[in-house]
Amino acid sequence: MSQPSTDRVDGPVTIESSPPPVVELIGITKRFPGVVANDQVDLRVAEGEIHAVVGENGAGKSTLMKILYGMQSADEGRMQVSGSEVRFSSPAEAIDAGIGMVHQHFMLADNLTVLENVVLGAEPTRRGTIDRRSARRDLEELGRSYGLDLHPDDLVETLEVGERQRVEIIKVLYRGARVLILDEPTAVLVPQEVEELFRNLRELKARGHTIIFIDHKLEEVLAIADTITVLRHGRTVATVDPDEVTAHQLAELMVGSELPTPSTEPRGADDHVTLTARDLSVLDWSGRPTLDRVSLDVHRGEIVGVAGVEGNGQSELIEAILGLRLTSGGELLLDGEDIGSWPVRRRREAGIGYVPEDRHRRGLLLDAPLWENAMLGHQTMAPFVRGPWLDRSGARSATTRIIEDYDVRTPGIATSARALSGGNQQKLVIGREMASSPRLLVAAHPTRGIDVGAKASVWADLRAARRDGLAVLLVSADLEELIGLADRLMVMLRGRIVAELDPATTTPRLLGGHMTGATGDATGDEGQTP
Amino acid sequence: MTLRRITLALAAPVCAFVFSVVLSSFVLVAVGTNPIEAWLEMLSYGSRLETLVQTGNRATQLYLAGIAVAIGFRMNLFNIGVEGQYVLAAMLAAAAGGAVDLPPILHVALIMVVAMAVGSSFAGVAGYLKVSRGVHEVISTIMLNAVALGLTGFLLRSWLLDNSDTTLNMGTPEIPPSGRFPNLNGVVEGLSREITRGRELWGFLLVAILVGVLFHLFLSRTRAGYDLRITGLNPFAAEASGVHPSSTVVRAMLLSGAVAGLIGLPEILGDAHKYDLNFTQGLGFAGIAVALIGRNHAVGVGIAAILFGWLDSAAPILDVVGDTPREIVSILQGVVVLSAVVAFEVVSRIRRAAEARDAAEATHPTIAATDGSPS
Repeated sequence: MSQPSTDRVDGPVTIESSPPPVVELIGITKRFPGVVANDQVDLRVAEGEIHAVVGENGAGKSTLMKILYGMQSADEGRMQVSGSEVRFSSPAEAIDAGIGMVHQHFMLADNLTVLENVVLGAEPTRRGTIDRRSARRDLEELGRSYGLDLHPDDLVETLEVGERQRVEIIKVLYRGARVLILDEPTAVLVPQEVEELFRNLRELKARGHTIIFIDHKLEEVLAIADTITVLRHGRTVATVDPDEVTAHQLAELMVGSELPTPSTEPRGADDHVTLTARDLSVLDWSGRPTLDRVSLDVHRGEIVGVAGVEGNGQSELIEAILGLRLTSGGELLLDGEDIGSWPVRRRREAGIGYVPEDRHRRGLLLDAPLWENAMLGHQTMAPFVRGPWLDRSGARSATTRIIEDYDVRTPGIATSARALSGGNQQKLVIGREMASSPRLLVAAHPTRGIDVGAKASVWADLRAARRDGLAVLLVSADLEELIGLADRLMVMLRGRIVAELDPATTTPRLLGGHMTGATGDATGDEGQTP
Repeated sequence: MTLRRITLALAAPVCAFVFSVVLSSFVLVAVGTNPIEAWLEMLSYGSRLETLVQTGNRATQLYLAGIAVAIGFRMNLFNIGVEGQYVLAAMLAAAAGGAVDLPPILHVALIMVVAMAVGSSFAGVAGYLKVSRGVHEVISTIMLNAVALGLTGFLLRSWLLDNSDTTLNMGTPEIPPSGRFPNLNGVVEGLSREITRGRELWGFLLVAILVGVLFHLFLSRTRAGYDLRITGLNPFAAEASGVHPSSTVVRAMLLSGAVAGLIGLPEILGDAHKYDLNFTQGLGFAGIAVALIGRNHAVGVGIAAILFGWLDSAAPILDVVGDTPREIVSILQGVVVLSAVVAFEVVSRIRRAAEARDAAEATHPTIAATDGSPS
């Protein structure tokens, strides 16, 4: 009530020049313990447009969409679909009203076919059995008319990410959705797949569908959207026309004022080689190489970036370096010493720091206090232990120092890691690895899923460590981050390093080409076809 | 902060117990007896010194069983095989104790070492199967229970039987006085009155307390305990931190089995002085319930063991007085376990939400402030 919206004195139904918006959210407020995720958010989506909702992580985009899709209920506010008041208490009701959602993390059954996944939960039946024939007809019809290229009988587990996404979209269309919500659809795609997705979206729009598109990559948003709504800290800050704003203006709307970008500094590398991998190979369970004779050097004071579409051997490379995965061949040297047969603990004690790609899985004990998390991976070293005993006071003061030095926002060191936001968890992980002054840092997606402020501080930490002579192997899906931070860039495809690039002369587009193999032949790929 | 922690920690078991009493009372009403009378009967019988001594004895065994199970639980290993491990260990230890004659302290020590070694190696089989063949420990320990019980009967019958015993009660040869554990009657009687003849408070209680203290120190103060604990919290993160997964599994199983081996000893060293057909079985399974209620914590398991020990000791009066079936106590114990699990989950959600709120306030003081203001 403190801020009455003076520009909206009209009632729910007013005579306007255009038909009523297909979706309208008015004054939506959603509170979680301690945080207001949405604070009086308004959103008007016109029929047949592509409406982008942008904002940095934690701005409340996903919460807003979950409310619209009936997965969560708003504490305050109203929703209208095509001019009539609605209230969804489950996604099923939203689907009935013609609203469908494609989630960021796909919800597909890997062991079923495309056809089975599409009809799952909405199977057409004939005399009590699933009517496969009509399901197949409908699916092929949908695929043809929207230009969504899919084979009904392919197993989902054999599909690539872009194809899985198309299955999700068809799934939603099959249920009769007129309004599609896509939650960060491009996060998992390479540039070429993004273009394919955008072609599909334009086709949907041409056929009268409305698309609500959540994203935080501004170039993409400007390329596809008809209208852009910007959220910041749970509030609507602006609704703009993409033709009237630049990416820079949009970014400023999103983050307020400060705009961090990764930027390189003069090289800090010297001739000393910290990590050497020679012909490193890893086989999967069936004996096929997932890491295929990879060789690389990381010098002291150097950040070597590894780019690639996920699943092309980056995880295997990291796990092989740490000793978490058995290698089938090759050599691994740390400061000239062969560490190939060392167990994980000895490698960590020798000074390999690790920022895992999934911090919840590999990097944290969510239900343990922060001070126990701070010693994770360093539990055999001072100041955390003395002989066979834990040094609790040493661990506590070391944790306090990490929290101060790396700006981890927490009520205290006894708080459990679960209570912290993603950005603060990540700052703790980075701080813990840096505080042990490692020789080599292996960092996978260090800024994934954290907000802009935390991102900037992670970048600053990495750059500072590099200046102090740390060797860093950085795997990331954020191409800007790679180009901005790395001294050298490697591209991985199907378990091999297919290109080495100079970040100073590389663009995300060029990188994307190497990542998908589109330009592989031109850059001296060893070639799989004779 | 700490006050809230303690209140929350206590709220769950207290609520669970009250809920169970109420629910069991309904069961009693349903079968047509007066619950209040039954509970009062149990209370008055249960507060007699002799019953309390028996409670202490039973709690000693239940505590060891609970700790044995808790060691596995703390790293997400379900050692369902405590039952078989302790029965086999008790039998072999009693046989060893009856076969030799040694100076007093050494004799008891030998029996304890044999019991722990047997329990440990039998549990180690399940650990080995898990790390080398990927056999889930629940499956292997359940099956090994049957093996252990069968093996106990077979060994007793064919090798270790005391042929001088003319009664029908099969058992191992009696352990000479040097291999017995002194009781604590002197201490108890100094504090209250004389205990009826034939009742003793087993001295092994002190060993159980020592085991609890060591368990707590090991987990919270040592590096090895930290490795074990974090493997339970998050095995993937533990592995990345340098913990070797399979050796930790084997180590935890060996430890769990070693403690399991002690479960039968209070009875054998303090009272029976041999393993025979009167030996108490079923404590291994009861230990699972005790560990669950006690949250795998040294003190919590102790409280749970005392509660279960008291219920077991006070229940027989129901058969003697009135028409309440004593099985109501088993129902009560079962309901306590279920409702304790639920209550702990509720409490941990409340705690998580409270923590998230504190953390959010530390991060966004401004947003949190607007949340509280009237709008």
